[in-house]
Amino acid sequence: MAEANVSHNQADYLALLRRMLLIRRSEERLSALCREGKFPGAVHLYIGQEASGVGACSVIEDRDWITSTHRGHGHFLAKGGELKRMYAEIWGKREGICKGMGGSMHVADFSKGILGANGIVGGGFAIATGAAFGAKLRGDGRVAMCFFGDGAANQGTFMESMNVSSAWQLPTIFLCENNGVSEFTISSTVTGGKLVDRAKAFMPTVIVDGNDVLAVQAAVREAVERARTGGGPSYVETTTYRIQGHLEAEDAFLGGGTYRSAEEISAWQQANRDPILRFQAFLTGEGIADAADLAAVEQSVLEEVEEAVAFAEAGEDADPELAFSLMFENQEA
Amino acid sequence: MPRRRYIQAINDALFEEMERNENVIVIGEDVELAIFGDTRGLYDRFGPNRIRNTPICEATMTGMALGATAAGFHVVLHMMFANFVYTGFDAIANQIAKMRLMTGGQIALPITIIAGYGGGGSNAAQHSDSAHPALMNLGGINVAMPSNSADAKGLLKTAIRSNNPSFLLEASARGGQMGDVPDGDHLVPFGKAAIAREGSDVTIVTVGSMVKPSLDAAKALSEEGIEAEVIDLRTVVPIDEAAILASLAKTGRLVVVDESRDRCGAGGYIAAIAADKGFASLKAPVKRVNIPNVAIPFAPIAEAAVLPDANKIAVAVRGIVSKVAA
Ligand SMILES: Cc1ncc(C[n+]2csc(CCOP(=O)(O)OP(=O)(O)O)c2C)c(N)n1
Repeated sequence: MAEANVSHNQADYLALLRRMLLIRRSEERLSALCREGKFPGAVHLYIGQEASGVGACSVIEDRDWITSTHRGHGHFLAKGGELKRMYAEIWGKREGICKGMGGSMHVADFSKGILGANGIVGGGFAIATGAAFGAKLRGDGRVAMCFFGDGAANQGTFMESMNVSSAWQLPTIFLCENNGVSEFTISSTVTGGKLVDRAKAFMPTVIVDGNDVLAVQAAVREAVERARTGGGPSYVETTTYRIQGHLEAEDAFLGGGTYRSAEEISAWQQANRDPILRFQAFLTGEGIADAADLAAVEQSVLEEVEEAVAFAEAGEDADPELAFSLMFENQEA
Repeated sequence: MPRRRYIQAINDALFEEMERNENVIVIGEDVELAIFGDTRGLYDRFGPNRIRNTPICEATMTGMALGATAAGFHVVLHMMFANFVYTGFDAIANQIAKMRLMTGGQIALPITIIAGYGGGGSNAAQHSDSAHPALMNLGGINVAMPSNSADAKGLLKTAIRSNNPSFLLEASARGGQMGDVPDGDHLVPFGKAAIAREGSDVTIVTVGSMVKPSLDAAKALSEEGIEAEVIDLRTVVPIDEAAILASLAKTGRLVVVDESRDRCGAGGYIAAIAADKGFASLKAPVKRVNIPNVAIPFAPIAEAAVLPDANKIAVAVRGIVSKVAA
């Protein structure tokens, strides 16, 4: 783990833990409920990558923007999105954050700067760059952080967006979550060179242990400060691992094939690698929190998850008429 | 005749055509493990020089499909979901669709692009579109939309033997559907519709994913004494105008059923053919059953509200059949 942060008090540390744990437990719950067919559609879970999203979002403000991916639940929650509204969305309910129109792959809360999960891989690069352009024009010090996977980095818009961000010194933060896989393809088999070297041509870069929440926080803080003070874009790559399948129930799509070993997955779940176990060990080891503190966080997270499930299940089915009224403002489709 | 699932029939066609012609290669994201199952087993049989996973780079994949034809390959490019056709559209629309004319006919374009299309799975707006109207409007691209296993196999084999660029749009919701597939080298020509059901009161012209609900509607209508003829176009480019007009001449009434949006969709084009060349046969207005001009919503109840189904088709048919009877 990175060094303890002198400016953090116990509450700051426990807030980081709680956010990560909220993502973990809510995603685990989705995994189980998906198997029971409790909600429609597919879900791509963020389990194992919590430190990346939580560390990164902990050093930006509500007024800052993020763009997210198909694996967007963790980013949504890390940026302060409400779990019960996200669940209601995944359940296709009226109370959902997008009124049931978008579902898991499109959770967005513009009031919190969450410009949306995205079903198009690489769809966020240009959107984040555009938001950063807007911030630059206004000179208001806001920043735009683009979360994307190592797979997405092979889309051409990655380079195009880095170029614009660099040429115009925009406050864009390219936050690459490198989990080594894209769907069922091992990324190294389709990727030339190192991703970080692509970014080096345009901006300052750093690769950080993505399962160390404090290390992510420190690296992103530096990038954010640079962006806010007119220093232009940065690239931060978090090294991490996706524990779940590409999507839940991926076996149904694999037809008996495999692309990674059970040993590899379990190695990343060990106490020395799992981002939450590591952080908990750090907190107790440093005397910042004791077992009772951790248990209290766990308890409150489990309660929030159960409340969110109840909220989603009690929700009312989405309103089909919205498909017609929401296409335009003040104009029927 | 062997019974095969729709997706297996596509897989069979790929195996057979790759065996038949060593210049046939397959590229696309995750084609090796086959996320849809249609390319499964090809890697083990043919190896990395014949089938290969690409990076996620649709704009480059489509351009590469064109470039590889210069080296004598017939490229089968799998684009996964039809929405990703939009991501790779530049090379399709600006290069592939125009290259032959622009170069005075110098090149052959043996390119087959496969993509799954359509809603019904709560996959939301970015994974549920049917891209065929945009493709139809380009001019230089053939578009096959098989509705059953036999046609899926036969149309794909025809596409792979063609020197013209073709799309094979897989009806995502039909992947598991079983059907008889003729033995042997089964080829289905482009531009030749099938009469999926004979009838004398009304013609339902449809294609791909919508053939099944159209047949279901025809069955229900038959119990009410309305006999619908169902025309399965099989390809929308080229389109079998003669089959549409012949059936219209027989029934005098036309309902077009298509899983694309209403505005400038395939349905409007087919209705225009009827208005232009079949006007004398028409005893009632032409009706279209398709998707309203909206993005596909996620929630099942909202998605169902915008997708065509057997009930909506039957309602449309009754609307023009009873009007005349009254
Ligand atoms: C334009 C586009 N192409 C392909 C896909 C299908 N797809 C969804 S996720 C994915 C892999 C993404 O990998 P990565 O960016 O590394 O993110 P991860 O899944 O590892 O979080 C692919 C190919 C898509 N959704 N959009």
